Formats: sequence, C-alpha cells, structure tokens
Amino acid sequence: MSTRTLISPATLGRPRGKVVYWTVLTLVMLLFTLVFIGPLYWMAVNGLKSTEEFTRIPPTLVPHGVHTDNLTNAWRVMDFAKLLLNTVWYAFGALAFQLVLDVAAAYSLSKLRPVFGKAILAMMLATLMIPAAVLVVPQYLTVLDVPIFKRNLLNTPWAIWLPSVTNAFNIFLLKRFFDSIPRELLDAASIDGASPLRTLRSVVLPLSRPILGVVSIFAVVGVWKDFLWPMLTLPDPGKQTLNVGIYSLAQGVPENWLTAALAMASIPTLLIFIVFQRNIMSGLTAGGLKG
Amino acid sequence: MSASTLPARETALPPQGAERPGQPGRSGLTRALRRNLTAHGFLIGAVLCFAFFSWYPMVREFVLAFQKTKDGRTTWAGWSNLSYVFHDPAFWQAWRNTLLFTGLALVLGFVLPFLVAVLLNELRHGQGYLRLLVYLPVMLPPVASVLLFKYLYDPGYGLFNRIFDLFGLPAQQWLQSTDTAMVSVVIAATWMNMGSATLVYLAALQAIPGELYEAAELDGAGLLRKIWHVTVPQTRLVLSLMFLMQIIATMQVFTEPFLLTNGAGPEGSTTTVVYLIYQYAFNFNNYGGAAALGLCLLVLLAGFSAMYVRLSRDSDT
Repeated sequence: MSTRTLISPATLGRPRGKVVYWTVLTLVMLLFTLVFIGPLYWMAVNGLKSTEEFTRIPPTLVPHGVHTDNLTNAWRVMDFAKLLLNTVWYAFGALAFQLVLDVAAAYSLSKLRPVFGKAILAMMLATLMIPAAVLVVPQYLTVLDVPIFKRNLLNTPWAIWLPSVTNAFNIFLLKRFFDSIPRELLDAASIDGASPLRTLRSVVLPLSRPILGVVSIFAVVGVWKDFLWPMLTLPDPGKQTLNVGIYSLAQGVPENWLTAALAMASIPTLLIFIVFQRNIMSGLTAGGLKG
Repeated sequence: MSASTLPARETALPPQGAERPGQPGRSGLTRALRRNLTAHGFLIGAVLCFAFFSWYPMVREFVLAFQKTKDGRTTWAGWSNLSYVFHDPAFWQAWRNTLLFTGLALVLGFVLPFLVAVLLNELRHGQGYLRLLVYLPVMLPPVASVLLFKYLYDPGYGLFNRIFDLFGLPAQQWLQSTDTAMVSVVIAATWMNMGSATLVYLAALQAIPGELYEAAELDGAGLLRKIWHVTVPQTRLVLSLMFLMQIIATMQVFTEPFLLTNGAGPEGSTTTVVYLIYQYAFNFNNYGGAAALGLCLLVLLAGFSAMYVRLSRDSDT
C-alpha cells in the first residue's frame, strides 16, 4: 500500500522495524484465524463426529470418523429442505419488493420531486429514529389484523415482505445515489420522448448497478439473519425460516446433528459473502454511517 | 405515451409560465399536476408500506401504552400501565442488565474494533484476508453463531474451559452463573458483530492524510501520541457516530441473550428490557404493559437518536 500510515516507512525499513513488523503480522494472522475461523472449524468438525466423540473430554481436534449421516439425519429430522426453501422464498420475495418499491420511491423523491416529497422523505427517515424493538409489538398487532383491509397476515409471506419495504435506510442510500446522476442525462432522455418509467429503466438503473448490488445483498442477508420477527409472525412450523426452525427444533435433536444443521445453515450466507464481499465492503463504507 | 406530446412535459423542470407555441391548453398547471401524479405514482407503494407497517404502528405504540385490553374489550387506562411496569421488580432488573450489557458492549464492542482497525491499517500484507475474517461472523445466521457459542461455553466439554485449563486457569460456569452470564453474552455478541464497525473504522483510517503523521513525527511524537493526537481527532466524527449507534443498538439487544440463556439467564441475570417487552406481550398477553415498556426505551433512546441525526447531518455538509 502506498499511503502513509501511523508508522513511518523509515522505521519499518530498519532491521528492528522489520523484525517487529513481521512478528506482529504473524501473530495477528494466527490469532485472527484462530479466533474467527476456530469456532467455524469446531462447528464443521463436530457436525461430523459421532455422539460419543462429540462429548468426549478433552475434545478431539480431528474427528476419528466422518459421520456424514449427521448431515442427512439433521436434514431429514428438521425438514431442512423445507426450512431452506422457506427462507429463500422470504428473502428473495423481500428483495423483489424492496427493489421495486424502494427504487421507485427513491427515484421519485430524487428526480421527479413531487409535492410533499421532502415531507415524505423526512417521515420515512424519522422511522430510523424510533428504536426497532419499540415497534415490534404494535407491528405484530398490525400484521395480526391489518387495518382497512381486515386481513390477518400471520403465517403468510406478506408478513415478511411488506414490512421489509419500510427500509428508510435503503431508500436514503438509493436516493443519495440517484441524486448524483446528472440532471442533463435525464433531460436528454426525456427530450428523446422517454417516459419517467422508461428513463428509470434505461438510464438510471443501468448507472446504479453498484448501489443496487449493495441494497440487494443487505436485503437478502437482512431476512436471512432476522430472528425475532419471523419467530413472531410465522408460528406454523411448516412456514418457518432456518433460524426459527432450527431454534425450535434444537431441544429434541442430538447435539452432533444440531451442529451439522448449524453448519448447513451457515453455508448459504457464507457463500453470498464470499461471492459478493467486494460489494458488501463498499456498501458498508459508502453508506454505513449515514442514517 | 404517444410521441405526439411535447417531450419536455414530464421533466422535472420548474413549470415555466410562458407557454410553448403550438401547445394550447397544456398550461403550466396541468403539466405540474401530471408530473406530480406520475411522481406520486412511483411513491405510492413504498408510502403505503410505511403507512401500514411503520407510521401506524408508531402511533399505535403511544395509544397502546395508555390502553388496557381485557376479554376483548379495550379501555382507557391512563398512566396505570406505566405505574404497573414501574412496580414490577423485573423492570429494574432488566434495566440494570441492559445498562450492564451496553456498558460492557461499549468497552468491548466499541474499543476493540477501533484497535483492530488501527492494527490492520498498519499491516501491508494480508489485509484483505484479515478484513474478511473479521467480517465473517457478521454474515452467519444468528442461530448458528449463538448455538455455536453455547457449545463453546459448555462447562463440561466446551472449548473455553479447555483453553482455560491449558493456561492453568480455573474452569468457569460461563452462562450458568449469575456472575459470568452477562459477560459471556457480551463476548459472544462482540464476536458476532464487531466486523461491521471494524470495516467502517478502517475506511475512516484510510482517509487520514499521511502528512499529518509526518508532521507529528517532526514534532517528536511517539506511537501513542500519534494515535491520540492524529488518529483519534481525525476519525472523531466516525467514532462519535459509531458510539451513538452502538448505544442505540445494544440497548435493544434481544436475540443474543434470548438464544444463549433463554432470555432470562440464571436468576434473571440476562433479562434485558426488550426481552421483558417480549415477555409482557407474548407470554403475559399484556400489550399495554409492553407498550409502556417500549415508551420508556423510546424516551431514553430518542435523545441519542437525535444526537446521531444531528451529527450525521453535520458530517454531510
């Protein structure tokens, strides 16, 4: 790296500096790997151990036999496929709703500038100031009996999808990005006869790919990681998410099976992370602080 | 839209008083109206979602706190919900626990990521790998990381007691003892969540101009003085924003104690305010009490939220 940091290159260049640097680097590498990969390794390995080996003291670092039947048993007993499918369905549904409705709203607020637009944005941002935990109870009661429509959304995907749209932070991120798209570009499109929808589709969206990527990942990961809300709104075991399903079945399953299930449940998010890590990192730092 | 209409009509240019020739009847007013209809059309979906699932629940929270529901009949309850909640001994215990959690989480979860970020920023090798490592737990589903920690904490075959044993330290009860339960929850929560803060700090550190360090060195500043007089002031805004954000987030902690210690912990030592809200609402069916509790949390956190919004607005300009 070329930028100058805390410790001067000259100090680092000296023999003593080099020794200290490499010692610290090695220590940090080892320690971090141990602290952050260690537990994951423990999870992966213990998910493959026999019940007897699982509880052995001291624990074995390398399993004596590989019991892949833990995986298949956990899969079967927990109806893992169902839980996984449910979670995917909720996550990508929420993603679709957020992409369509939040992008449209941010586009309108940023480029079409309707009357009361400022007030609406302010009211959306105001929701960020109310601690989420405070709203859980009234939100639950709303889902139980949606006013005007008189619908009970309990145990339906709508209970996840619709509230996920109320993500003021996403709207704010999108609006800020749209604000940075030059006015002239949109004017040119509209002089060519493009409707606002057409302008959004052919000019704004293609330019916004980076921010759309960030928002999408956070939308999917948000649903994937959520616990309290799906626990409350999806009490039917056949409709539950991975988090809730595994939690409610955790008691009655042998520990090595459960650990295997935990490992399996972690794989999708880890894959998302490894594939999209660049977007995630840029998203964190681009808008990570503004709210 | 037909091609015969004048192209400029749907742009967001301010309506000009002067009409274009050949456009009779299309006054500035109808044009503005049309433009607004389109704009509101784009907004309506999100606004409806907000109305039903954010704004209405916000109002309802206030109403609920002053209502009582019994046998399906809702009556006005005045301040009785609040006084009921105040007289519940669990209320004060939950607040003590929550403040303890917030305090511990700030010591660990605020200071540690900053130190880690400073350290990583100095390393010229493997920074990408280390960043990835720190952020890895943030991506795990909470059930996985929490139940994982439950096993690591197990006093019998858990890994932590094995490590303590290696260093000749006495075995701990971890989650099972009133003394250590909350600390154990904080350690797990920090492991799970510190990644995002670390990355935010790292980005802030990388924006510090290197000349500042050079200047400090010319003045004879050592490592610690450079951190104190250059690094900290240069990242002060990010630090204070993250500080407020951590307070707001940690005071709402629910998932970690709920999953690690079934919410209450030994003798209620990990019962947090949000867990109490959950209990009131979903175990005791006392929505009024839950809403009253929520109001207390809201009042306490509103100040921090306002400070946060103010600071982040200043940082924008």
